[in-house]
Amino acid sequence: MTQAQLQETANLPALAEEAGHRNWRDYFTFNTDHKVIGIQYLVTSFVFYCIGGVLADLVRTELRTPDSDFLNPELYNEVFTLHATIMIFLWVIPTGAGFANYLVPLMIGARDMAFPRLNAVAFWMIPPAGLLLIVSLLIGDAPEAGWTSYPPLSLVTGQVGEGIWIMSLLVLGTSSILGALNFLVTILKMRVPSMGVYQMPLFCWSMLATSALQLLATPVLASALILLAFDLLAGTTFFNPTGGGDPVVYQHMFWFYSHPAVYIMILPFFGLISEVIPIHSRKPVFGYTAIAYSSLAISFLGLIVWAHHMFTSGIPGWLRMFFMITTMIIAVPTGIKIFSWLATLWGGKLRLNSALLFAMGFVGTFVIGGISGVMLAAVPFDIHVHDTYFVVAHLHYVLFGGSVLGIFAGYYHWFPKITGRMMNEFWGRVHFALTIVGLNLTFLPMHKLGMEGMNRRIAMYDPKFTFLNEICTIGAYVLAVSTFPFIVNAIWSWMYGPKAGNNPWDALTLEWMTTSPPAIENFDELPVVATGPYDYGMGNRQTVQVPLSDEQEPVLAAGPKSILRADPDPAVAARPEDRH
Amino acid sequence: MQSPTIDPAKTALNYHQAHATDSHHAEHPDLRRFGLIMFLAAEGMIFLGLFGSYLAFRATMPTWPPAGTPELELLLPGVNTVILIASSFVMHNADTAIKKNDVVGMQTWLAFTAAMGGIFLVGQLYEYSHLEFGLTANLFASAFYVMTGFHGLHVFVGVSAIVAVLWRSRVTGHYSSEKHFGVEAAEIYWHFVDVVWIVLFGLLYLL
Amino acid sequence: MNIPSSIWTLLIGVGLTLISLWYGQNHGLLPVAASDEAVLVDGLFNSMMTVSVGLFLLVEGVLIVSAIRYRQRPGDNTDGPPVFGNVPLEILWTALPAIIVIGISIYSFEVYNSIGGFSPHDMHEPVAQEATRMPGAAIAATLNDSPAANLNQQKSDEARQDPATASVRNDNQIPQKQNAPGMGVVAPTLGASSDREGKPPEMVVNVTGMQYAWIFTYPETGVVSGELHVPLKRETQINMTANDVIHAFWVPEFRLKQDAIPGRQTEVRFTADRVGKYSLICAELCGPYHGAMKTQVIVETQQDFDNWMTEQQASASTALNQAVAAVDRTDLSPNEFLAPYTKEMGIQSEMLQQIHSFHH
Ligand code: HEA
Ligand code: HEA
Ligand code: CUA
Ligand SMILES: [Cu+2]
Repeated sequence: MTQAQLQETANLPALAEEAGHRNWRDYFTFNTDHKVIGIQYLVTSFVFYCIGGVLADLVRTELRTPDSDFLNPELYNEVFTLHATIMIFLWVIPTGAGFANYLVPLMIGARDMAFPRLNAVAFWMIPPAGLLLIVSLLIGDAPEAGWTSYPPLSLVTGQVGEGIWIMSLLVLGTSSILGALNFLVTILKMRVPSMGVYQMPLFCWSMLATSALQLLATPVLASALILLAFDLLAGTTFFNPTGGGDPVVYQHMFWFYSHPAVYIMILPFFGLISEVIPIHSRKPVFGYTAIAYSSLAISFLGLIVWAHHMFTSGIPGWLRMFFMITTMIIAVPTGIKIFSWLATLWGGKLRLNSALLFAMGFVGTFVIGGISGVMLAAVPFDIHVHDTYFVVAHLHYVLFGGSVLGIFAGYYHWFPKITGRMMNEFWGRVHFALTIVGLNLTFLPMHKLGMEGMNRRIAMYDPKFTFLNEICTIGAYVLAVSTFPFIVNAIWSWMYGPKAGNNPWDALTLEWMTTSPPAIENFDELPVVATGPYDYGMGNRQTVQVPLSDEQEPVLAAGPKSILRADPDPAVAARPEDRH
Repeated sequence: MQSPTIDPAKTALNYHQAHATDSHHAEHPDLRRFGLIMFLAAEGMIFLGLFGSYLAFRATMPTWPPAGTPELELLLPGVNTVILIASSFVMHNADTAIKKNDVVGMQTWLAFTAAMGGIFLVGQLYEYSHLEFGLTANLFASAFYVMTGFHGLHVFVGVSAIVAVLWRSRVTGHYSSEKHFGVEAAEIYWHFVDVVWIVLFGLLYLL
Repeated sequence: MNIPSSIWTLLIGVGLTLISLWYGQNHGLLPVAASDEAVLVDGLFNSMMTVSVGLFLLVEGVLIVSAIRYRQRPGDNTDGPPVFGNVPLEILWTALPAIIVIGISIYSFEVYNSIGGFSPHDMHEPVAQEATRMPGAAIAATLNDSPAANLNQQKSDEARQDPATASVRNDNQIPQKQNAPGMGVVAPTLGASSDREGKPPEMVVNVTGMQYAWIFTYPETGVVSGELHVPLKRETQINMTANDVIHAFWVPEFRLKQDAIPGRQTEVRFTADRVGKYSLICAELCGPYHGAMKTQVIVETQQDFDNWMTEQQASASTALNQAVAAVDRTDLSPNEFLAPYTKEMGIQSEMLQQIHSFHH
């Protein structure tokens, strides 16, 4: 019996025939089922992704030529400001919340989130806040000071839009805080009794780290926005130098949130990848504990590096050095993850389906962005490339090459669970190929542009940069095209795809131990954890040849004896004999 | 050769049924208290952000409070502070009372707390109306109004919560020694508001 | 042929190292280095690039090799080996990046120190004895009764000693912040290079950023200019601030950037070491025409510089008047506003044409 069969057998009651299909109207109501809310999040934010992507292509169309001939300069600033705001606050962050909503209760064997109604409230704050932003563009009064919205500029241009932006962000921030609170309580308190923290799937660990950041950092953005709103609307001068205020204080407050925000945008997808890679390479995840703790380390370090966005704002030299070193140290826990994923892939039996391809694409492109991040952290070099396209390249490699590819990996992987149907593999691979090509065409040349002297946030640039910009623009169009195979594939498969069955990937985590889509309350009986979440390759094998391991030595042992394995908690182990 | 960790025979059909005692639709344990504490951690960070910015302004202005800012009167806010701190102890009595199933006692103590909160708010408004500077007078004035105002809003929410608890306690049996999360939540929130005030008072009036 | 895998590993390692070393020196990604500081920064970048190429090839290599070697074969539905980890290996890949980043940090620290990041006016240094020699210190001392002198105010007063600077800067309307340790109000991004520490700069230029122009004034001669002229191989200090919103002074060929922040005085020092015309770009979003806020830095021989200076002095008074007139007229639309500067600032006429066309 393989481990998957074992886990399925142990959880047989959870397989009861209970159709999890819902009436489509449920998705438009204030529903408190975490699965409905998860889908609401995922679909809403994908719509915002398309909007943000269209704005990105407007930006790129403008930048196809050195002149400002497509959008006028004000409009250009409005467009990239909204592009970034939408991509960050309405696409990547809510999508993380969407996956977490759908998966966390299933993975830990709970029937729902800790506070279902609060959960629905948190979701329903998102559409109005997003609409506000879009309306601001339609009425021609969008914010135009960049997503960082630095005063004094944000106080003197596009004031109506700025007011809308602040309001919208306050609502989105609140939603994110409420969501985080819910995840923390759920993960900490609602696991099935047989699941200790070390039997949690790694996605739960990463959500733990993410939620802690959201809970502690987002409120500081709120205080910055409150003060900014007073400056804008009531005439105070907190950040306005003409009244003695200090714009640099805003920058500190903003980045105290927004640096952790970048980890809020990547950690959930680190978690997704840690699920997708072992399942599809049919090997246990390499170094479970190290991956779990590195999430926590990243989230802690993420709180003390914010001023690396301000190396040219005139903070003292010794502080720059402090922030440089803390920033660079983040490469260590992140490296642990990257190398652990590579080691998980190495020697496995890779099922190179769309989910795994996107996950491998994630590892390959995120690394580029991460390494350029470390370069940015080096103060003397950052002084040269700060506020140039080098930074734009970095941020898209980590956000698009990281977060977005991670999201797609997640879509392909859990689509069968969420809809009960399989996606089409061929079109998935087409999507993958186009995305990888488009992504590198768009963002790779930006590194050179930035170093050569093209600053960011400009509608008109020096004609000597035309050629590389043209490549970037073509890449952006390829990315736009790449999305269509996905959209069509998802809709078609949702309606007509082949039935998936409960556990199409032979996975071990609990979400696969119930029907697809899961029954209304997920499990009929309390699920049990009969195997560790990643115990692949341990059943049905006659011989095991494990690279780099030594049977006799517990430290080096692979397999059941390994100290690195997520063993069932002895206190609550599935087998009565194992409990003591 | 390795064998699977778990003997398949032992996991055969439903062996775990015996210890899966939870009834089908059992409620999970009450997590609201934990949730509330998380929420207050987030709220605390908003205040921390405001305090941090205040200290930064203070450090970068050549003189603080900026030249020409009238001295703040200490008496009224001092009295207000004492009232607010005292109200936390009063509030605690309500919690003790309900734990002894003494609903009337709880109502009395809560009413006192709400009244003290009300006095605090009135005192604050009185102070506002007698200050010689307005919101936009200078950086200190703005920070003063925004921070005390934001805190005042929290006091208001706290008082409203207490009044809501009082209103609900009309129904006999709504709160009892076993079931009184509403009272507890209002109390935790009230202590939080109190602690924030102490820091705020120190920053604005004493420092 | 049966080559042990350790030899393969060794060969691959050597190969990776060679490729990385080569590419790290030959990436061709940076523009020419035209200042002493730029050479140091480039050295740092090249070594980071070397390490990065190695890491990049390693990661992509493992991904590609796994995808080919370990792909699932048709009909094989078994699992891979149950490897849960390997402690020595994990220690290795924790320690190695740690060592690399510590190395990069130390190197960056060195470079930052040599380009003068910690001098001359670090926030902690007692500024008292230095302050006495500064013009304007007396005024600052009377204005400010706190014992620690307000270096920011001093710098501002010092710059405003120059009438040309005073007339283009409106920082008398923007209160000056105090320097506070840890807040960084006077920001010596890049001060004197370590060999010149403590010495005053050989030349000072005051710069004021405003939407959407840079105005340079030369305190020694009172010349006002829309472009920056600096003599070759003479250490130049730029004192900057902004009149309205935040701007940033960036010369890619110098690898230098510093925000110009209203209410704060910031400075950079550099030594240009290559004759030429370079663009000086505003690198901080400052409004719709941020992209047009560009001018030139002209690095020339001492001789040419002096000639230029004499020429400017002749017309200095008219330029000044123009500048003042333009600054006061805040109600003008950007293109009208920019018009008086365009000649001096060397804004290309196409650019102006564009700006013009948006406006209608
Ligand atoms: C998902 C989002 C995300 C993520 C994960 C990161 C990750 C990192 N970022 Fe990035 N960053 C952004 C999003 C993100 N960033 C955005 C949006 C901006 C611009 C904001 C704006 O101005 O608009 C930005 C800007 C930004 C700056 C400011 C640039 C400037 O404006 O001048 C800096 C500077 O230090 C930086 C650094 C880093 C570092 C060191 C990491 C590290 O966490 C990366 C760690 C990962 C690796 C290093 C790769 C894997 C590791 C190994 C393979 C091990 C071995 C590696 C080494 C030894 C190097 N980022
Ligand atoms: C998660 C974050 C995220 C994502 C995914 C993206 C995605 C993209 N971004 Fe963006 N970007 C940012 C975050 C992000 N960006 C941030 C934070 C900034 C900084 C802003 C600032 O300076 O303030 C920025 C800035 C930025 C700039 C610099 C602007 C400037 O400084 O002047 C550019 C320029 O090329 C750009 C381009 C792109 C492109 C081409 C994509 C592409 O990858 C987009 C691809 C996606 C699509 C094209 C959508 C496809 C879908 C359709 C086309 C469907 C059609 C519609 C329907 C069916 C309804 N982005
Ligand atoms: Cu000035 Cu951008
Ligand atoms: Cu950051």
